[in-house]
Amino acid sequence: MKKSVFLGTLAVAGLAAGIASAQTTLEQVQARGTLLCGSNEGLAGFAAPDANGVWSGFDVSLCRAVATAVLGDPQAVEFVPLTSQTRFTALAAGEVDVLVRNSTWTFSRDTDLALDFVGVNYYDGQGFMVNTALGVSSATELDGATVCIQTGTTTELNLADFFRVNNISYEPVPVATNAEGQQQYLAGACDVYTTDVSGLAATRATFEDAASHVILPEIVSKEPLGPVVRHGDSEWGDIVRWTLNALIAAEEYGVTSANVRELAAAPTANPEINRLLGTEGELGAMIGLSNDWAVNVIAAVGNYGEVFEQNIGENTPVGLARGLNAQWTDGGLLYSPPFR
Amino acid sequence: MADLTAPPRESFRLSQLLYDARYRSLTIQVVAAILIMLLLVELVNNTVTNLAALGKDIDFGFLGTTAGYDINQQIIPFSSQDTHARAALVGILNTLLVAVLGCILATVIGVLAGVLRLSKNWLVARIMTVYVEAMRNTPLLIWIYIVFAVMTEATPLPRDFREGGSSSMIFWDSVAITNRGVYLPAPVWGAGSGIVVAIFLLSIAAIFVLRSYARKKQEQTGQQLPVLWMSLGLLIVPALLAFFVMGRPITLQYPELGGFNFEGGIQVRNSFIALWLALSLYTSAFIAEIVRSGILAVSKGQTEAAFALGIQPNRTMQLIILPQALRVIIPPLISQYLNLTKNSSLAIAVGYMDVRSTLGGITINQTGRELEGMLLLGLFYLITSLIISSLMNVYNSSVKLKER
Amino acid sequence: MSETHAHSAAFVRTAILPPAAPPPGQTGVLRWMRENLFSSIPNALLTLLALYFVYTILAAILPWTLNGIWDAGSLTECRAIRDERGLSTAACWAVINERWLQLLFGFYPIDAPLLARLFYADELAAAGGMDAVFGPGSNATARIEFVGTMRAELGNALVFFFGYWRPLLALALLVVAVAPVLYNNLPRGMLIFSLIYPFLAVFLLWGGSIWGPISVALGLALSLYILKYAGARFGGLLGGLAMIVTLLCFFFNPLSLLGISGLFPLLPHVSGLLGTILPFGLPAITSDDFGGFMLAIIIGTSGIVLSLPLGIVLALGRQSSMPLIKWVCVTFIEVIRGVPLIVWLFTASLLLNYFLPPGTNFDLLLRVIIMVTLFASAYLAEVVRGGLAALPKGQYEAADSLGLDYWKSMRLIVLPQALKISIPGIVNTFIGLFKDTTLVVFIGLRDPLGLTNAIRATGEWNGIYWELYVFVALLFFVFCFFMSRYSMYLERKLATDRR
Repeated sequence: MKKSVFLGTLAVAGLAAGIASAQTTLEQVQARGTLLCGSNEGLAGFAAPDANGVWSGFDVSLCRAVATAVLGDPQAVEFVPLTSQTRFTALAAGEVDVLVRNSTWTFSRDTDLALDFVGVNYYDGQGFMVNTALGVSSATELDGATVCIQTGTTTELNLADFFRVNNISYEPVPVATNAEGQQQYLAGACDVYTTDVSGLAATRATFEDAASHVILPEIVSKEPLGPVVRHGDSEWGDIVRWTLNALIAAEEYGVTSANVRELAAAPTANPEINRLLGTEGELGAMIGLSNDWAVNVIAAVGNYGEVFEQNIGENTPVGLARGLNAQWTDGGLLYSPPFR
Repeated sequence: MADLTAPPRESFRLSQLLYDARYRSLTIQVVAAILIMLLLVELVNNTVTNLAALGKDIDFGFLGTTAGYDINQQIIPFSSQDTHARAALVGILNTLLVAVLGCILATVIGVLAGVLRLSKNWLVARIMTVYVEAMRNTPLLIWIYIVFAVMTEATPLPRDFREGGSSSMIFWDSVAITNRGVYLPAPVWGAGSGIVVAIFLLSIAAIFVLRSYARKKQEQTGQQLPVLWMSLGLLIVPALLAFFVMGRPITLQYPELGGFNFEGGIQVRNSFIALWLALSLYTSAFIAEIVRSGILAVSKGQTEAAFALGIQPNRTMQLIILPQALRVIIPPLISQYLNLTKNSSLAIAVGYMDVRSTLGGITINQTGRELEGMLLLGLFYLITSLIISSLMNVYNSSVKLKER
Repeated sequence: MSETHAHSAAFVRTAILPPAAPPPGQTGVLRWMRENLFSSIPNALLTLLALYFVYTILAAILPWTLNGIWDAGSLTECRAIRDERGLSTAACWAVINERWLQLLFGFYPIDAPLLARLFYADELAAAGGMDAVFGPGSNATARIEFVGTMRAELGNALVFFFGYWRPLLALALLVVAVAPVLYNNLPRGMLIFSLIYPFLAVFLLWGGSIWGPISVALGLALSLYILKYAGARFGGLLGGLAMIVTLLCFFFNPLSLLGISGLFPLLPHVSGLLGTILPFGLPAITSDDFGGFMLAIIIGTSGIVLSLPLGIVLALGRQSSMPLIKWVCVTFIEVIRGVPLIVWLFTASLLLNYFLPPGTNFDLLLRVIIMVTLFASAYLAEVVRGGLAALPKGQYEAADSLGLDYWKSMRLIVLPQALKISIPGIVNTFIGLFKDTTLVVFIGLRDPLGLTNAIRATGEWNGIYWELYVFVALLFFVFCFFMSRYSMYLERKLATDRR
């Protein structure tokens, strides 16, 4: 049936082969007119489709922000679903332009896998959730417990390390997806469910009796989650990095989707805002974008705080507190380098 | 006139390579060989270039490094400090375990379902039809999910077994069925248990001797020995005697409820049971159809002929129908066994740590060695398949119609 | 004699008795039950056991299914409605009600302009007309909002028929295209449509300029014509060479070794030229949007159709008298069949790009189709081999004695018969392949099972489990069940043919 596609694509591929090497990622995206964003197959609060097939979520918003910066249209994104096993290969092979899929920034991924992590959009850590009926108040009391864990992630290595260091035993129950882990945990097939705390909170929020489950205080790992690009195209990496920084800086300076147009209309008293919004200096041109790119981004998706509150904040079903993800001025870790 | 009868002189022309049937096949093969070589060179060349572009190489050294992850079901001991190679071995053993047990259970259920589908009992035959059709027409993956979910939802939690809980252990407090698996008593081998085991093995060997003796005797004299009872006696009595004589060296360790789980005993995990059941149920539907068509393939005249000779119904089945039906059944059965073995790679759906989940899953993911990992994985499955099919082919040729 | 007899007897009945009703146990339902359910004591026990078994299963499933809640916006609402009605167990079918289109088509975009023009004209005018909403310079966010409200107001049924007319039409035409292959009594002319169909389906599903698929078809037709013309004029060898050269020039760039690009391949020039002369096409849709049950049908169908020629060649190769050819074919078939599909799929997803020339990049769906085609071809080769083996040797000898060469004897005598015998096997392979398409979930394609994960990730439906699996299982069951019935019907028909 698809013989023609096969041949057609072969031909197009042959044609593209000559061009691909000559083009930067930015040029490819602009020529294509859409951004290919590697995304989760579905994770509450971070990436999920509505009934019309429109994706939304915390990670999705970052993709939309990059699309707005590069193409001026937050909808010009094609979301490519990637599993935890296929994500890095897909990025390395050029199937996606940027990967925003709860990926932990680690040394070996950044260096050995020939990828570049360009920033952190969520500071997470691995935690444990248990039923209050177990009467457990610390992860060190979990000797002999059965632990549900998603396979193919850094969590299973952290888990093995944690229990080994504390010299207690456990029984891992590997699950393929978050949905499955949730079902197993609720059915009592495991005492403990472990994944990133954000995931635990999102999962707990959907339980019929959320109050009878508690997330233990121990955070056993650092999980800085961030967008990833291919190694070797620094200009493209810069665009993604500074789009993320623009969102963070916008929150710091009080620029929101509501007031960004007004602030961008004329230079304000704060030179940082002026440079961010392009009313002063030529920062946009330095990364190959228009001067008002940040204005478009913030108008389309809002600043970091707005994105957070819309998708995973305390008023959403996921209900996460800002915690480490507060601005550095509020005691968090978010710290955008200066726009100058 | 002699010219006419003399054969034309053989002079080799280049066009003969194409138009002469004697040389053409050689030409085609040479061309094919060159094309295949070119293709292989191209593939290898591309792979090397692509890997180099990504800054990777082909290196199996990752197998010797520390795995760093834990595996719950281990036939041989394994800890997170062992190597990736050992993790792969643990996975291989797990795959083989579920495949072998799956083939056995699938055969049992399949034969049962196939025979019951031919039952004169309308209701039973209908139920079996529904069962077979439901299994055959829905993807295995969905069945695995469903069986797994039923297993976890329908069985009690370990904490229900506590004092005043809603569940209790069965078989005199020796077996606990929970939603984390089934806990069985584990044998503890004391001093002298080796002798008991040896005697048990010896009696199994003796049974085979007895059976061949009985067959010989029947063929020579027509006398039938009560083989079944004699074998049962041989199987049980000497081993039991030895067991008591040696002072009961083998004891059982019963599972007991510990902090979170049952401790002690053997735990048969839910992921294993779910995968095992789902694979067996799914494959058994296909086996049922094979068995049914195999039995139907034996013509009715054979049964009637046996009855006319005065052979009893059950011996008719055993001596006349089954040997003929088996000849039809065996070849497709082999391919079902192969399918089951390959389908066991869906273990990922229930988190059973088979070789695809360890070597082909976590190891690849943690080391980024997808080319080497997939190569080893494919090689394992290929070798397993080839071994199964060649073993079965040997058996197949032994039951083949022997024309004299 | 009869007279004296009549007198000597005390009483002789003169009229025939009306037939008495058979004893109660020998008629109707009772007799049927006695014969079929209670013919012996073990049989009766078996029946009772079976009855109990059926009761247990139905008692567990039926209340849940029938109490199902169809009208709710989220799982929480479902639970509230359930508690309100005082039910202990109830399925939340509302998720199916809301998402069935997604489970069928994935994220395949609907033809929103058509829907708006046909059924939503007033609101469209209010929003500023077609150009303002759907035009090139329109605001994407506003458009998505507009389409969202339109979908909600029109309802899923209308969206199904008119929003998804492209895949639906492709499916309907698939039936038309396959019919002449499966039913012999249809006009043979329909086979031409079967040949055109693949190009049509690609155009309908993927969209873009219509001249793309047409140019590919033209290129193939041209090559075949050259083979035939040059073959007749200069002999088979030169004809074959000419065809290969034509194919190379049309689809590939033979000058790439010299570093020259731009002239070849000719395909983009032809389609580009045609496109500028008469621009016509449908909105292009990328493979990433494909999903749901549609994806399973696309992968399954294209896998089988594409693998058929390859499978036939492999089967013939396996029977070849040339050792090298035979050895290559056997190795290929055994290697493919010896390794599970999921490993091949991971190969397609992780490794296939390594084997291709640097810079080549297929999208994942295409890679999966290629892999599935190779996979299915090995299985089909075995099916076809069975068909070839089932042919009486006399058929081969008859073809040889007519002086037909190898290809002619295969094409005219052997294959038509062998393939006809193989059709049930091919259909069965197709069913197997179709079921196996669910495995693509492991490499991140959005098949129905993958979509259940995505749906569960939304705030409204997080925690829903059974309903989605039951729906997906039913979809597959219905499809496969009818296919397998059809294959059984074929087997019966073929059995009578050959009697």
